[in-house]
Amino acid sequence: MTKELFSILLTAILTQNFVLAKFLGICPFLGVSKKLNTAVGMSAAVIFVMALATAVTYPINKFLLVKNDLEYLQTIVFILVIAALVQLVEIILKKYMPPLYNALGIYLPLITTNCAVLGVVILNVDEGYNFIQSMFNSMGAGLGFMLAMVMFAGVRERLESCDVPKFMQGLPITLVAASLVSVSFLGFTGIVENIFA
Amino acid sequence: MSQIIIAVVIVAVIGLIAGLGLAVASIVFAVPVDEKAEKIRACLPGANCGACGFTGCDGYAAALSAGETSECNLCTPGGNDTAKQIGEIMGLSVGKITPMVAAVMCQGNRTNVEDKLEYSGVHSCKMATQLFGGPKNCVYGCIGFGDCAEVCPYDAIFICDGVARINPDKCRACKKCIAACPRQLIDLFPLDTTKAAVLCRNHDKGAQTRKQCKAGCIGCMKCVKACPMEAVSINNFCATVDYDKCIGCGKCHEACPVGAIDIYTIKKHF
Repeated sequence: MTKELFSILLTAILTQNFVLAKFLGICPFLGVSKKLNTAVGMSAAVIFVMALATAVTYPINKFLLVKNDLEYLQTIVFILVIAALVQLVEIILKKYMPPLYNALGIYLPLITTNCAVLGVVILNVDEGYNFIQSMFNSMGAGLGFMLAMVMFAGVRERLESCDVPKFMQGLPITLVAASLVSVSFLGFTGIVENIFA
Repeated sequence: MSQIIIAVVIVAVIGLIAGLGLAVASIVFAVPVDEKAEKIRACLPGANCGACGFTGCDGYAAALSAGETSECNLCTPGGNDTAKQIGEIMGLSVGKITPMVAAVMCQGNRTNVEDKLEYSGVHSCKMATQLFGGPKNCVYGCIGFGDCAEVCPYDAIFICDGVARINPDKCRACKKCIAACPRQLIDLFPLDTTKAAVLCRNHDKGAQTRKQCKAGCIGCMKCVKACPMEAVSINNFCATVDYDKCIGCGKCHEACPVGAIDIYTIKKHF
């Protein structure tokens, strides 16, 4: 049981990394990874929202949609729920934790439209995970997102001081670097299965 | 048929619950917003340049409404109009802002100054100054690698013939370039008035300056003697003009043997 949960967690972080293997949430990955502290802030918000979204959408899916044969409504209902949820979290944070609210800043509302969050809840359903497995998978996805963001922020900070040819400056070199990091994550293939074999 | 109705009802109910929940939450968890700060913020240009000395426009608006500062004329990009609007909100009378633009006080272009070394390092003035005082002969003049152009949020600075130049139409006098220039060559210059400007910051003795730049101030005192208003003074072999005293008569410009003083009238065309 524990073995399986850890396998799910590690798979979501390393082999099936949401950003670098599944290519979900690329927009914040490229947009917010310029500096280390904003990258960490954004990823913390993503982890939080992913866990919360899974906890809320799982019962909605199981007790409302599946019961009524309405699985085809998953996407639209999940979008609705996640958007409302993020808004609610924002309102509550603003009231009770202003420092955290200021630290997360624009990233919290940005997550509403982050496809990695929608992706994780839909993939949980597709994989047929139960509640605990779903929670582990979404935590893993969030941690994987953080890992990718933090690593790539480091890469980009190094890129700043590099002598990049003019035609490659800015987004082109960033995309090349991103694909190289993504390729390096291929190296994790098979590792998780063998750890728990 | 009933399938569709159930689907519609479920989505509608979820939407309704979410909407009602948010509506209730926004009332229950409402945070009192400082109305004054919001109003002031609406008057500010929103460039977040930091010329006021606060952290962006939001910071300035919050400081004003919280009473941390009572000066409503700190916003240079907004100018007189913004100051007046803020004054009305705050109920304060406003001192007048003299509109200013930034100008580069150097004429060390390729014809006036020669290079003493071939520099092929990082393309940055700050870096270049650390290597034998920069690639040009004059160690006080503009290096022309454009550190100022890089920080300018309004894209007003360009490099012309190895010297930075500022487009007065785009400049909002936010002073970012002044902070970025490692040689302190950029100054604010009053707008729409005719004043004398010393286009040199070379503090070497005259003979040495002469060797470095054809248009460098040699500190000969001729401008000081020529000025009827005692607005020009020489400090450390380089002339400076007191813009409050200067009437823009042009006598110093005529007297200057090297052409280091010019009579400027900077106007905005837009």
